[in-house]
Amino acid sequence: MLLGLSLLIFVIARVIPGDPARIALGPLASRAQIAALRAQMYLDEPLPVQYAHYVRGVVRGDFGESLYTHRPVTTDLHDLFPATLELVLYAGLLMVAVGVPLGILAASYRDTWVDTLVRLISLGGVVTPAFVWAIVLMLIFAYALGVLPVAGRLSAGAVPPPPVTGLVTIDALLDRNPATYLDFLRHLVLPAVSLALAGVAQAARLTRASMVDVAGRPFIEAARAFGISNARIALKYMLKPSLIPTVTILGLDFAALLGNAFLVEAVFNWPGIARYGVQVILRKDLNAIVAVVIIMGLFFVVINFLIDILVGYLDPRIRLRQADEAA
Amino acid sequence: MPREMLLDIRNLHVSFTGYRGHSRVLNGVNLTVGRGEKVGLVGETGCGKSLTVRAVLGLLQPPRARIRGEIWFAGRNLLALPPGELQQIRGREIAMIFQDPMAALNPVFTVGDQLLDIIARRPGGRPSERAAWARAVDILKEVALPDPERIMRAYPVQLSGGMRQRVLIAMALVNEPALVIADEPGTALDVTIQEQILQVMRALVDAKRTSVLLITHNLGVVRQTTDRVYVMYAGSIAETAPTADLFSAPQHPYTQGLLASVPKLTGEGVPRGIDGMIPDYLNPPPGCRFAPRCQFAQPRCQQPPPWVRVGAEHDVACVLYDDGSRPSAERAAPSPIPLPTGEGTDEASGLPSNTAPAVTRP
Ligand SMILES: Nc1ncnc2c1ncn2[C@@H]1O[C@H](COP(=O)(O)OP(=O)(O)OP(=O)(O)O)[C@@H](O)[C@H]1O
Ligand SMILES: [Mg+2]
Repeated sequence: MLLGLSLLIFVIARVIPGDPARIALGPLASRAQIAALRAQMYLDEPLPVQYAHYVRGVVRGDFGESLYTHRPVTTDLHDLFPATLELVLYAGLLMVAVGVPLGILAASYRDTWVDTLVRLISLGGVVTPAFVWAIVLMLIFAYALGVLPVAGRLSAGAVPPPPVTGLVTIDALLDRNPATYLDFLRHLVLPAVSLALAGVAQAARLTRASMVDVAGRPFIEAARAFGISNARIALKYMLKPSLIPTVTILGLDFAALLGNAFLVEAVFNWPGIARYGVQVILRKDLNAIVAVVIIMGLFFVVINFLIDILVGYLDPRIRLRQADEAA
Repeated sequence: MPREMLLDIRNLHVSFTGYRGHSRVLNGVNLTVGRGEKVGLVGETGCGKSLTVRAVLGLLQPPRARIRGEIWFAGRNLLALPPGELQQIRGREIAMIFQDPMAALNPVFTVGDQLLDIIARRPGGRPSERAAWARAVDILKEVALPDPERIMRAYPVQLSGGMRQRVLIAMALVNEPALVIADEPGTALDVTIQEQILQVMRALVDAKRTSVLLITHNLGVVRQTTDRVYVMYAGSIAETAPTADLFSAPQHPYTQGLLASVPKLTGEGVPRGIDGMIPDYLNPPPGCRFAPRCQFAQPRCQQPPPWVRVGAEHDVACVLYDDGSRPSAERAAPSPIPLPTGEGTDEASGLPSNTAPAVTRP
């Protein structure tokens, strides 16, 4: 799959108009300079040869140099990807930790005002794009109320913890530095919330629909007839089966957070890979574009893999079938 | 009545309001089960058998279903109990064996997980983990399941239909309830397995002197299993009698039709069904709901049928027995109702348009 993706992005990057070498060097560059750069980037070779060079680099983990930052692309990714990963992880956490309980609540109090309220709010969440939330929340909390920082990942004076994982949260904890941790969380709140809102709403809707569906199944009536308490029925007998379809779709939503992160990172000036991605596309920085796309593809693959494991855990039918096939 | 009453359903009405209108399904059901008694409930599909027992267990949701009447169980009116107290009774004092073993077990939890949750509710406090496990293994042995330890760890998909039905019986009986309601146990399975399942169930309830309310379409099972039978038609009881009496001397025209529709093993003649269909609950016939299909229908059937005692514990809801001129001695004769007078049939055809003309048979 990644191979197909790499080929696709290679072709797209080559057919979009504009000479990357000319854009990179600017309007004042001489013809000779441009020719030299083109040769260095194999741009004058036939396409299959270009592709071969490119694949060889990718496999070695070497994406070449960025024409935008003039550093190896790998270094850029190494610096920027953790920031995005951290943002997306927290947004995903919010999505599950807030959305799923809201859905359970709505399903348990089905057809009451609780249900109506949750459904109205989540409808609003689903139809409003993340960057709109980003701007609205920023105006309210950062400008009007001034309770949260406007942008960035840490305050100006703050010393980042020694990078171990690149994730500030974990590094700060490893460093036993609660002040940095809190400072980071204050910066994280607005971007993570605006990124997560649509997903929270979606999670609530999915969980509710799925719980309502499961509630009508005979095994739920049976559990009730055996005298199992309502709370236990909702949180055990209904929740686990209804998470099976929910998890599958939420996983895709989680992967999609990375895509939505582009605009949120731009609004909050978050030093992440999504913002970097926008910049390099605008500059037709081929090496960097390829690297960004590949790393996003990898992210999708990893998420899908994790979802499969999780669904297998939730649904014994799938697990048993897989065990049969393996045997 | 000599017997101590355990369950006493009095004049139970259940109706639903849907977008097509108001459907009055249960129309004054009266039914009792004595302590240690085994009672059958029969009637064609859709007549409200499952609805009756779901009302007993409090499984009907009040905003959708409207319930009227009384359901007395061991001295308490279940319909007047707060939901919390009703939940205490379910699974402990009254338990239900469900019809479809494929659908009544939760597919994502192991048998043990589900069974232990029920055992945790044993009257007299939650047993220790080890005691609960031992109890679970015991009850699985009692329903004749091989290798109970393995079954405890199995998911429902890993078991056959017959095994799952046994698991459901184990779940219902594990807390030794006073009353077991079995809604067509095993009908989803093939006949030999169904027979085994019923044997297992009979052995267990006989050992504990558990009262049983058995819903079934199978009159043979009723005959073998029960002490007394209720025949239900379109939301109310048409007739009740000790099992032997009902089979030897059925009184209600519907009961007679029901018995006649059973094929005989001797192979004499084709079984006769009852023509027509169960009425639409949105717009049921006034009075006796069987009248439109009844060959003995008369104008009096427009009124709610009287409840007439025709013998020891033998009651029938039909005007044919209302005149007091039929002494109970005559009832003992197997040949039932006299042919209606010509007059009666003529009047029957003059019934309002929502009632079908009297049934004709070859
Ligand atoms: N929730 C409900 N809303 C509306 N109508 C209902 C509802 N539940 C049951 N009914 C109606 O009540 C009638 C009786 O249903 P019930 O399940 O009690 O029949 P039954 O005698 O158990 O039939 P079977 O032998 O097929 O199990 C049916 O006609 C059904 O349409
Ligand atoms: Mg039924």
